[in-house]
Amino acid sequence: MSESAKISVRGMNFFYGSQQALHGVDLQIRQHFITALIGPSGCGKSTFLRSLNRMNDLIPGVRIEGRIELDGEDVYADAMDVIQLRRRIGMIFQRSNPFPMSIYDNVAYGVRVNRITRNRLKMDEIVEKTLRDAALWDEVKDRLGKSAIGLSGGQQQRLCIARALAVEPEVLLMDEPASALDPISTAKIEELIYELKRDYTIVIVTHNMQQAARVSDETGFFLNGRMVEFSETKKLFTAPGKRETEDYITGRFG
Amino acid sequence: MSEREHTSKNFEQQLRTLKDKLLLMGHHAEKMIADAIHALVERRPSLAEEVIKSDDTLDQLELEIDNLCYEVLALEQPVARDLRFIATALKIVRDIERIGDIAVNIAERARELIQEPVLKRLIDFPIMAAASQRILKDSLDAFVNSDAELAEKVIRDDRTIDDLYEQMFRELLTYMMEDTRYISRALKLIFIAKHLERVGDHSSNIAEMVIFLVRGQDIRHGTRIDRG
Repeated sequence: MSESAKISVRGMNFFYGSQQALHGVDLQIRQHFITALIGPSGCGKSTFLRSLNRMNDLIPGVRIEGRIELDGEDVYADAMDVIQLRRRIGMIFQRSNPFPMSIYDNVAYGVRVNRITRNRLKMDEIVEKTLRDAALWDEVKDRLGKSAIGLSGGQQQRLCIARALAVEPEVLLMDEPASALDPISTAKIEELIYELKRDYTIVIVTHNMQQAARVSDETGFFLNGRMVEFSETKKLFTAPGKRETEDYITGRFG
Repeated sequence: MSEREHTSKNFEQQLRTLKDKLLLMGHHAEKMIADAIHALVERRPSLAEEVIKSDDTLDQLELEIDNLCYEVLALEQPVARDLRFIATALKIVRDIERIGDIAVNIAERARELIQEPVLKRLIDFPIMAAASQRILKDSLDAFVNSDAELAEKVIRDDRTIDDLYEQMFRELLTYMMEDTRYISRALKLIFIAKHLERVGDHSSNIAEMVIFLVRGQDIRHGTRIDRG
């Protein structure tokens, strides 16, 4: 298992000041797998997700113990280039957040910032490819110069995925990527996630257990800052090993 | 099925209703088998008729349980133990319904046998009848109490019933060889013995599903597949 681990987390503790949010989390995220993290609000799953590409760095008072590795490299090492890290580990948020610029420029933005290319033709190519990969190309190809704000919620979210893909990341972190979308847009995002797994390693945090069950290969259940159970998704949803998992996924709360 | 209740009261209520209906159906099938045997042993044609008529109740319950299962699947999207419970319900409802049909078959043969003189006193028949009734009761108790150990016992006991059937078959065969006038009656008794043996098979199916329900392990067909 560890040989194919894209991200390896060992003995991770997370503190907001004196408050401990995560307790001794061990988790192997496998390459080209979709890993879902589920659990009630405040269980630590989003905190965990955001720690993987050091999105929590800017929050004052945050302290992390343990080890997080990307391809065997210590993510929290002093030598780690955080900009480079976030290019390799992209993130999609709950609320789609397109920049107030054209559809084209939204996708091209990260490519320009990262100085991947300045060639106009090459840029056109990247924009088309990533919009195709994000299953959005056919819907926007005739209005690439129009503002991204005019897109529907589901289209905006797929644009954000395209924007993340444009810088060629290796891992995509998704924090409730479909929770603000209608069922059709949700289905499209889920279909997209499934397609993306060929090229990327995906970690998705979701409140929607059916969504976790549908899209993921492996699932981790978090409760009160601890990872209670981690197993193959089909096992976790048919015969979970822990009583707490059973109670949570079958709707027996507190 | 679990000490802890669902946060959704409606879902909890649906599962309770489903379980109650299954218990009612199981109890009804158990009584049908017992009555069919009584009808034969005590030579009571009216009791045989009652068994035949009461099958409608079982059929009705089967339809209600199926519908309730589809409703829960569609509306509640059950997972884990709840999912295994629904899957178990859908399977054992079929087994219980078949046990009811078997009771009707026994009652029909009993109705015919009562018209004729008693064949020699049978030694193995009451033993087999009692064994198949006990295994049926045990399988339903195992389901009610989520008792996987009792379910394992049911599966073991089913083999004893298979052996009893072989024994009874040989016993009746000797009667037929002894006197050709016994053939018709002996054949009917062999049919009944075969029916009782089938009750054991269905009980064993129920027991296998109980093990799946409790442990999440599929032990059918000599395999042991842990879910996932």
